[in-house]
Amino acid sequence: MVDTMNKLLEVKGLTMDFGGLRAVDNVSLDVYAGEIVALIGPNGAGKTTFFNCVTGIYKPTHGDVMVHPPGKKSQRINGFKPNRVTTFGMARTFQNIRLFKNMTVLENIMIGRHCRTSTSILGAILRGAGSRRQEQETVDRSYQLLEKVGLVDEADEFAKNLPYGAQRRLEIARAMATDPFLLLLDEPAAGMNPQETKDLDELIVRIRDDENISILLIEHDMKLVMNISERIYVMEYGKEIAQGNPQEIRSNPKVIEAYLGEEADA
Amino acid sequence: MVGYFKQSFLVSLWFVFLTFPLMVVKVNTLKNVVEWRWMNMVYVAVGAFVLSFVWRWALERRQRKTKEAEFSDDVLAKPTVGQRLLEDPKVFKPVLIVIALATLGFPWLVDIYQVNIMVLALIFVVLGLGLNISVGLAGLLDLGYVAFFAVGAYTYGIMNSFWGFGFWISLPVGGLMGCLFGVVLGFPILRLRGDYLAIVTLGFGSIAKIVIENWEELFNGAKGIAGIPRPGLFGLEMNIEAATTYTYYLMILMVLFTIFVTNRLKDSRIGRAWMALREDEIACVAMGVDMARTKLSAYALGAFWAGLVGVIFAARNTYINPNSFTFMESALVLSIVVLGGMGSIVGVIIAALVLILMPEYLRAFSEYRMLMFGAVMVLMMIFRPEGLISNVRKKYGGRKSPTEAAHG
Amino acid sequence: MDYFLELFSSGMVRGSIYALIALGYTMVYGIIQLINFAHGEIYMIGAFVALIVSGVLTIYGFSGVSILILAAVIAMIYAAAYGYTLEKIAYRPLRNAPRLSPLISAIGMSLFLQNYVLLAQTPDFLRFPELIPEFEFMEPIAHVMGSAELIILVTSAITMIGLTLLIKFTRVGKAMRATQQDMTMARLVGVNVDQVISMTFIIGSVLAAIGGVLVASYIGQINFYIGFMAGVKAFTAAVLGGIGNIPGAALGGIVLGLAESFAAGYVSSAYEDVFAFGVLVFILILRPSGLLGKAVKQKV
Repeated sequence: MVDTMNKLLEVKGLTMDFGGLRAVDNVSLDVYAGEIVALIGPNGAGKTTFFNCVTGIYKPTHGDVMVHPPGKKSQRINGFKPNRVTTFGMARTFQNIRLFKNMTVLENIMIGRHCRTSTSILGAILRGAGSRRQEQETVDRSYQLLEKVGLVDEADEFAKNLPYGAQRRLEIARAMATDPFLLLLDEPAAGMNPQETKDLDELIVRIRDDENISILLIEHDMKLVMNISERIYVMEYGKEIAQGNPQEIRSNPKVIEAYLGEEADA
Repeated sequence: MVGYFKQSFLVSLWFVFLTFPLMVVKVNTLKNVVEWRWMNMVYVAVGAFVLSFVWRWALERRQRKTKEAEFSDDVLAKPTVGQRLLEDPKVFKPVLIVIALATLGFPWLVDIYQVNIMVLALIFVVLGLGLNISVGLAGLLDLGYVAFFAVGAYTYGIMNSFWGFGFWISLPVGGLMGCLFGVVLGFPILRLRGDYLAIVTLGFGSIAKIVIENWEELFNGAKGIAGIPRPGLFGLEMNIEAATTYTYYLMILMVLFTIFVTNRLKDSRIGRAWMALREDEIACVAMGVDMARTKLSAYALGAFWAGLVGVIFAARNTYINPNSFTFMESALVLSIVVLGGMGSIVGVIIAALVLILMPEYLRAFSEYRMLMFGAVMVLMMIFRPEGLISNVRKKYGGRKSPTEAAHG
Repeated sequence: MDYFLELFSSGMVRGSIYALIALGYTMVYGIIQLINFAHGEIYMIGAFVALIVSGVLTIYGFSGVSILILAAVIAMIYAAAYGYTLEKIAYRPLRNAPRLSPLISAIGMSLFLQNYVLLAQTPDFLRFPELIPEFEFMEPIAHVMGSAELIILVTSAITMIGLTLLIKFTRVGKAMRATQQDMTMARLVGVNVDQVISMTFIIGSVLAAIGGVLVASYIGQINFYIGFMAGVKAFTAAVLGGIGNIPGAALGGIVLGLAESFAAGYVSSAYEDVFAFGVLVFILILRPSGLLGKAVKQKV
């Protein structure tokens, strides 16, 4: 399933400084087509900052973020604005859910289609055949995605009224609406109970298998990612301390120490 | 209960103390006499006592509501009575017909003075709807909106007094000038955070007024521009009454046009992007929306409307000077949007009519008008931030299966 | 040279007044990230109360410095009371509301207070009594700087030093700094955040009232509208210095005052206000963190 020839994301020596603080220090990471890759590490290890650098919210101090979209030219995307990164084909979710709370569930997904549609102001006012068709396509596609995450019945509900787990799924569906080749999930299981987490794992695998979207996810809790990821990177204090498949990671003394240390602190 | 009375009594005492120097004492520093207005103290005491009960009740009710929303299993938000009435075609249709007839017949039922006031109210309806695009939909708080209104009005004034252009040519030019200024001013500032943006737009509004006041050659300074012709109709000679009636119908068309456009934009790709930007900027750009472009389009489109009705305003008054374009006007339009409900078209229309017409007809009221606007803004934000009529989101068809999706 | 010095001293005077008002903006913004739009109105109310008190006292036969001190103290008490009440009514219920809600509420309060004073008192300008005595020792330099100017500069300086000491060394000051850094954390370690916020409004209002009394006795007349412009300019000063930053507000005030004074003196006084707004716009566009502020990254 994993296409080792086809690298999608290639991060080399990424470093991010905030004033005097080095939040991410020389981290390299690759994602191949068809892979589920996890980035784990204790709280404050710099995982989210790494994500923000890759998705264009921060501009990294050093290093390269290269994307190789399937069938398109490779591109170095350091310093691209987030919307360009997304248009390029990498969409993300947020650790602390960021939905458009006062818009309906369906509309949330429709926003994801924004960068794949083109109706202009004038087109929206005149509502010609082309705009109408595009609008209908947007609605249809959004419903399809809602079906995939099991939220069709809540389509006309305000996003803020959804239960927590459903909000997480909606965020994933919204990111999928942008037609990405790589999905970046920031702690998708945070705050979920074991059953919800299990469902989520299945959903993630299904997305990879059915939609052919590769996945890079951040997770705080190591156990969760062991089942579904092909490869795991581990960060601590901004540095990458290990990488490998779940078995290797599980037995890696550095990783054990990092996690044990954290448990001892807590 | 006794506790409540005691609390309200203390509140009342506090406000008596607070308002004492300003409400009770009045000094004439030239003649050196003091006037003691003790009755005011009684009014304040009684007023504060009663209002503190209302305030406490309203706050408790608000708290109860948020609690209910949190714990209710029923995720469907209950629509208010007003919303249900508006959505029910049985009620909706006859109401619409009555409104349409009343609107058409209005100039024949009342005298010209009233028609003229109604034209002004309609101008503010359009201003409200225009500002609603940037504040209500896109969440860009613009405190200098009146500057674009001035741009429109002065475009007509200048085009007419310098080169003799008529109303109909000036109308689109006024709109486009508003839009142009919107783009030029908006471009550098739209990446600012919400509250900074508000203050900068306030600055722009004030700069516009000062420039108009001081630039004699172009704007004729504080004296303003007089003798601006009313809207023409194929060169037809019209007396004031006919011209006013004509302007009235023109404004009705304008309002309909604005409603049509905002309504279509609201539920379109563009409108959704505006709202998403208002809800969460970071999430919105992360979903691939170009922030600068989207914000600019909302800001410039709002400015376009202000420019357009600015021209009509100049034509209605036949005279413009800088005093029509102060911060007070911006605040007025903003309170229309806030009262009406951000993003809601019907709400904004009702709010504009109420806020403009009420002070005109209740003269006793007009003195307190700005005081009320201020209070309205505070109270609406605390107790009903969604406005009188909250924005109803469109439901798109296709519940059963995407392939059978009904026409959206 | 005398003209230059005159402009310099009037710029310093203006600047220190802006600074006094700007401190209120900056302190409030630092703690609850709200542009307290009605802060200018507190300053105006301070000036009005001072005028009313001094008017009454003059009629009842008081004179000179005793009036000035009494009027100033009462004005400060009232400004504090208004600031406290303002926060309680218009901002506290909106603590967790979307960011623009408290700002709109603040604009509403500003309109309300302006018109409240207009209706309760008068729309006309009122003459403010000359309370500041002429010092003999100022005579030789009276053409560049009068006694009133000296009093304003000295009072502002003392006030600002007092504020700095208060924030550095008192319990209240420590609680304020803690709340500014992290409100949730401060609450967890036992700081009464509501009290700290109230205290911030009270201190800011007292400073504004001092500014109000000084300006009123310097310019000699006031009306209900003086708070608006002063408020916007003081806000400009606060932004100029880096909003949330207390020394920044003082610096911003002085810089803006001087710049305005020289622009009015050497260029054109008609565009004086345009100049202030221009500074505001440019600072916000080019360096939104101000002269002394730090760039703050938004947390994602």
